[in-house]
Amino acid sequence: MSNLAEKSSGNIPSELLQKHGTALDAWFDDRFAKKLKEVEESKTPSLAIIATKGTMDWAYPPFILASTASALGWDVSVFFTFYGLELLKKELNLQVSPLGNPGMPMKMPFGPKWFQGVNWNIPNAVMAGVPGFEKLATGLMKKTVKNNGVASIQELRDACVEAGVNLVACQMTVDLFGYTHDDFIPEVKDWIGAASFLPIAQKSDICLFI
Amino acid sequence: MSTTAQELDARGLNCPLPILRAKKALNGLQHGEVLHVRATDPGSVKDFDAFCKQTGNELVSSGQNGGEYVFQIRKN
Repeated sequence: MSNLAEKSSGNIPSELLQKHGTALDAWFDDRFAKKLKEVEESKTPSLAIIATKGTMDWAYPPFILASTASALGWDVSVFFTFYGLELLKKELNLQVSPLGNPGMPMKMPFGPKWFQGVNWNIPNAVMAGVPGFEKLATGLMKKTVKNNGVASIQELRDACVEAGVNLVACQMTVDLFGYTHDDFIPEVKDWIGAASFLPIAQKSDICLFI
Repeated sequence: MSTTAQELDARGLNCPLPILRAKKALNGLQHGEVLHVRATDPGSVKDFDAFCKQTGNELVSSGQNGGEYVFQIRKN
């Protein structure tokens, strides 16, 4: 019966349908479910990320997710746009600002344990007024990261490059901020626009805007 | 009988480094060889479980030894 069903390429003669319709339905439902499962299980998961921020704290999510997903065997593409381009600079110089950032814990990464546990609530007015505060905060954040065996952004980016993550960048942003391709790492696969990335995002299983 | 082909010391490293380092180490192994991993990150227990499920590598064993987490992963 299945032979006839295949040969008739969708146009099953009505006599056959009348005689074997229910059995045919049951066969198809079962076969279809199995095929669907097969296709789904053999599909490689994919992740697309749109990275729009250029500070140290915001650099972590795209690089951690991209490197880990690729370690899991997924296909990963990251589109760096706007301030996200900072993450692709040859010389990484990412800063982090505590100003207006009430979510940031301000703990000192040195000293006795009780001291390290203190969360210093510094008013915005002080942080904005003291020159060099941002540099200080960035330095302290870096030390905290190092103390805890967390990867640096450089390390995570290298892991992404090594794993073959598709790193693409926004050409418009390059023009906008007066950059040249030479400012960025050579491993950037392509310089594209939104219209080129959207199809990638559409086909991916997960698309994140960071 | 599994012969440990390589040791990975991931102690002191936090997420996602144990996984990233393990992936790199596994790339250098032959099919059937076992990677022995030591880690201190408690999150690595679930991470290695998920990693093996996703990549099809076999999590031969996962346990604790003193203050460390120890994993044996056989490359598929």
